[in-house]
Amino acid sequence: MFVSLNWLKNYIDLDQLSPEELADKITKTGIEVEGIEYIAEKNSNVVVGLVESCEKHPNADKLNLCQVNVGDETLQIICGAQNVAAGQKVAVAKPGAVLPGNFKIKKAKLRGTESNGMICALQELGIEEKFVPKDVADGIFVFPEDTEIGVDALPLLNLDDAILELGLTPNRADAMSMLGVAYEVAAILDLPLRLPREDVHMVEEEAKDYIDVEVEDTTLNPYYGAFVIKDIKLAPSPLWMRNYLIAAGIRPINNVVDITNYVLLEYGQPLHAFDYDKFDSEKVVVRRAKENEKIVTLDDQTRVLSPDYLVITNGKEPMALAGVMGGKDSEVDENTTTVLLEAAYFDPAIVRNASKDFNLRSESSSRFEKGIDPERVKRAGLRACQLLEKYAHGKILSGIVNVDGLDLTEKKVEISTSKINNRLGTQISTEEIGNILRKLHFSYENNDEVFEVSVPTRRQDIVIFEDMVEEVARIYGYDNLPYTLPQGDAQAGGLTKQQELKRFVKNYFESAGLSETITYSLTSKEKAPLLASDEILQDAKETVSLAMPMSEEHSTLRLSILPEMLSSASYNLARKQTDIANYEVGTVFVSKEETITEQPSERLRATGLLTGDWVTHEWQEEKKAVDFYVVKGILTGLFEKLSLAVSYKPVKKENMHPGRTAKLYLNDREIGFLGQIHPQLAKDFNLKETYVFDLDLDYLMDQYEEIPNFDRIPRFPTVTRDMALVVKEDVLAGQIIDTITKAGGELVKDVHVFDVYQGEHLEKGEKSIACSILYLDPERTLKDEDVEASYQAILSRLQEDLDAKLRS
Amino acid sequence: MKEKLQELEKEALLKVNEAKELKDLQEVRVAYLGKKGPITEVLRGMGKLSKEERPVIGELANKVRENIANELDGKKSTLEAIELEKQLENETIDVTLPGRPVQIGGPHLLTSIVGEIEDLFIGMGFEVREGPEVETDYYNFEALNLPKGHPARDMQDSFYITEDILLRTHTSPVQARTMGEYNGEKPVKMICPGKVYRRDTDDATHSHQFTQIEGLYVDKDVRMSDLKGVLNRFAKEMFGEDREIRLRPSFFPFTEPSVEMDISCKVCNGKGCSVCKKTGWIEILGGGMVHPRVLEMAGYDPDVYNGFAFGMGPERIAMLKYGVDDIRHFYINDNRFLKQYHKA
Ligand SMILES: [Zn+2]
Repeated sequence: MFVSLNWLKNYIDLDQLSPEELADKITKTGIEVEGIEYIAEKNSNVVVGLVESCEKHPNADKLNLCQVNVGDETLQIICGAQNVAAGQKVAVAKPGAVLPGNFKIKKAKLRGTESNGMICALQELGIEEKFVPKDVADGIFVFPEDTEIGVDALPLLNLDDAILELGLTPNRADAMSMLGVAYEVAAILDLPLRLPREDVHMVEEEAKDYIDVEVEDTTLNPYYGAFVIKDIKLAPSPLWMRNYLIAAGIRPINNVVDITNYVLLEYGQPLHAFDYDKFDSEKVVVRRAKENEKIVTLDDQTRVLSPDYLVITNGKEPMALAGVMGGKDSEVDENTTTVLLEAAYFDPAIVRNASKDFNLRSESSSRFEKGIDPERVKRAGLRACQLLEKYAHGKILSGIVNVDGLDLTEKKVEISTSKINNRLGTQISTEEIGNILRKLHFSYENNDEVFEVSVPTRRQDIVIFEDMVEEVARIYGYDNLPYTLPQGDAQAGGLTKQQELKRFVKNYFESAGLSETITYSLTSKEKAPLLASDEILQDAKETVSLAMPMSEEHSTLRLSILPEMLSSASYNLARKQTDIANYEVGTVFVSKEETITEQPSERLRATGLLTGDWVTHEWQEEKKAVDFYVVKGILTGLFEKLSLAVSYKPVKKENMHPGRTAKLYLNDREIGFLGQIHPQLAKDFNLKETYVFDLDLDYLMDQYEEIPNFDRIPRFPTVTRDMALVVKEDVLAGQIIDTITKAGGELVKDVHVFDVYQGEHLEKGEKSIACSILYLDPERTLKDEDVEASYQAILSRLQEDLDAKLRS
Repeated sequence: MKEKLQELEKEALLKVNEAKELKDLQEVRVAYLGKKGPITEVLRGMGKLSKEERPVIGELANKVRENIANELDGKKSTLEAIELEKQLENETIDVTLPGRPVQIGGPHLLTSIVGEIEDLFIGMGFEVREGPEVETDYYNFEALNLPKGHPARDMQDSFYITEDILLRTHTSPVQARTMGEYNGEKPVKMICPGKVYRRDTDDATHSHQFTQIEGLYVDKDVRMSDLKGVLNRFAKEMFGEDREIRLRPSFFPFTEPSVEMDISCKVCNGKGCSVCKKTGWIEILGGGMVHPRVLEMAGYDPDVYNGFAFGMGPERIAMLKYGVDDIRHFYINDNRFLKQYHKA
């Protein structure tokens, strides 16, 4: 909503406040002023001048040489406009004037002749092209004959105005009118209001002899008022009205249309003027449209209708799409002499149907949709009649022909001083509350500290006690509310164990060298299942897709975080960021249904992506590319911190390197995988050798237990025995370690591989793995024979199970 | 003999003094104090001396030996120190060469912001609650006083999966769920951070996925001044003690009265600049007193309980705090962006 301050000053005395001060007060009290626009600079040196003579420029056909009387002097001005003529009163920018766009007017010579200023068109004075009335769009602007010469031209064109742009929340439909804004500002500033009066002189002839009204469904159209105005003379509307319309962002057309628009802006009540003769009927019938019924609207579009929409008909055909737009067939034009004026109340929902389906958001529909003031409907019609009489030569026929089922009773809301103060935390007195209600122009009955407030019909948003709390609070001033802290029983806030653990896991990854990413949950249908962990794929019947995606790229919920991480890595590589070590913790969305009927289950995953160099310390010749074991080391560290015994098994998985991928198990349950992505997939994403992991974080966190007891520091010495074995090359280190652990007995505390060798001195197809076994007896010093016995047991088991022999 | 010894002493001390290296000293030691050295020689000839002279010369010879030995030891440590100094000199390295880099990652900027806000509200007694990102229409809209047909829940604004299931457009459903879980029987004091989704075309200021943190406090006798106090404390801790806050009336279907909170612009200190659109204020969050319908639907008696709620966008806060100029930075995950915010 654009509010012209000059217009607003007709209702309320605002001269002691600057536009900025006013805007600040309005914003703080409830309606955000999103901007203040000044059309022109002040003192811009633009005055009214009389063109005393106008001749062709001696050296240029298309230019006119004018002598213009600007009051204290006569200026010679060269003007290129076609419509300039002697006797006109025009807007003259004198030398020194600064026009919008920082256009400075100077004395100049044009084709050898002096020019001392400029005769201006409205566009040049700062009025947007789209608001300039068509009759003056192609040339200079001409003032009415009775305009005084030499006076400042800007106020005459309302260019000294400041326009406030109000950002209205949906509840404040009441401020979609100048009167509504006037009530608001009067309440804020506690100033008296001057409201317009709808004084209409009606002629003897009666409207009911011309028109009748029939409404099919009064819930959709509780009020329809028809006025008949004869002897209309179509002409431009008065300058002040055109100025206000332009300020509000509406292009002036002619006096009849301008008056309906003016009243729409002033009262917030949309009106519609039909050409009575073209309406071609003595009866208005308001009904739902019929299936496939058609209407050509004022914008020349043919609209195909259905019973979802309400239409105004002449008993036969639709003449207007109710509340949205009039029909072309009954449009007011230069031949119009009799006007049928409509002032009605239409149901918000049925208006919204039409404006939404036909994408016709008009000044009219936006007001009906939000709910207009029922009390102002008839008055707005009268106000328009008053103006039509004055500015369009209209004769107002007696009587309003109407169907009236509007409920104008004011809602009652009870408030009390104590309840208001309890809710706000304030100590506002009963007297002050009464004062606030008076400022708002709300009437009330007051008994001790209890108020029964009658809410004016213009404030449809106020229904319950809480709504009145807000009214009192905002006029009292949110700034004046005290700062307090909740007085309820203090409870300790905090994170749950799971939330703490999640933070721990994230911190771990970060200290291990990984940077966190946050990627989109919505990906393409193709990418959604890519690299998803097998236990996820087993549960997911279908990927979950949006009904109406905005793009294929973000159409489907992910089953794995990895595809979007691959895309991020790809983005980085394309920008020469080749060393990437990322992790992400987030949900994937698993539905067991083929057709979705319930929410998918959301599973928390921890994923990682590493590529490029892991360690780069070149001048000391230390450089290590990321490999499987770098990533495995990170995961092993995590599981150690969580005291979880996770095992790794080689696996073949789609899109993963067949020889460098491991599945992870915890308590015999699959918890994810780790490995190198298939070089072909890497190529598809323009990536080099890339490693990823994907873990079931829900289950990992679920299995975590806080260590219950202190683990005593050993008091007795440990013994280490090394064992170099030769085995077939397909024997896994994990198998050897498992065998040693199982065969070695309780004394074996740790086994680790310290060498792996293949090549010279070994048979083809063989490899050597050297392990170090750590023995400890927590109760006593180890005896050699115990260690030896265990060692021998291990050897023979290794021989039996894995065909391993000691390397000689 | 006496003269001889004195001469030898003089000679030896001179040589000790002239020694440049440890091996020179060793030569002097062998030459003068060794078994074949001149002092031993002198002592060997003592047999020829008289009984009276013998102890005198003996004593003198020992004294000479002792003096030379002392001098040798002294010189030795001097030379050793010089030698060590020389050796260390040769071990000199270029301390300006770069050290071995330590690979340390870090959190995403949004995680840091969310964590900071969580900790701040935890300090004020709030718990942190989470909920599903794919929600039912009931929890996302209806339970929050947004009945079907309400303009704010236009199909165009949300990502629906079915008519009844959609990606949550805010984290408020977590509030509705928590209140439902508490069965209308005890106070609720919670914040709920999380991802939310809206049908917006991604550009510098819009993202179809973003983060939200909402807060809710429901108890008996909650006052609007409590909301003001809590938000004030949040704003000062988050943006600095010197920031001023102001509340403005606003409108949300789930609160009444509703507020929007601004903080004074850091760039211009409230004087007005392009960042704050010349107003001196920057909008930071919305909130209000929980609408009685919302309480009622969640099973709380609005005649007994009331409360306040608020919601904010960590992306916006990060953009204001760090001057991040494009919301897409948060989701593109450019390495250089991610690593900028790993600092303490
Ligand atoms: Zn600023």
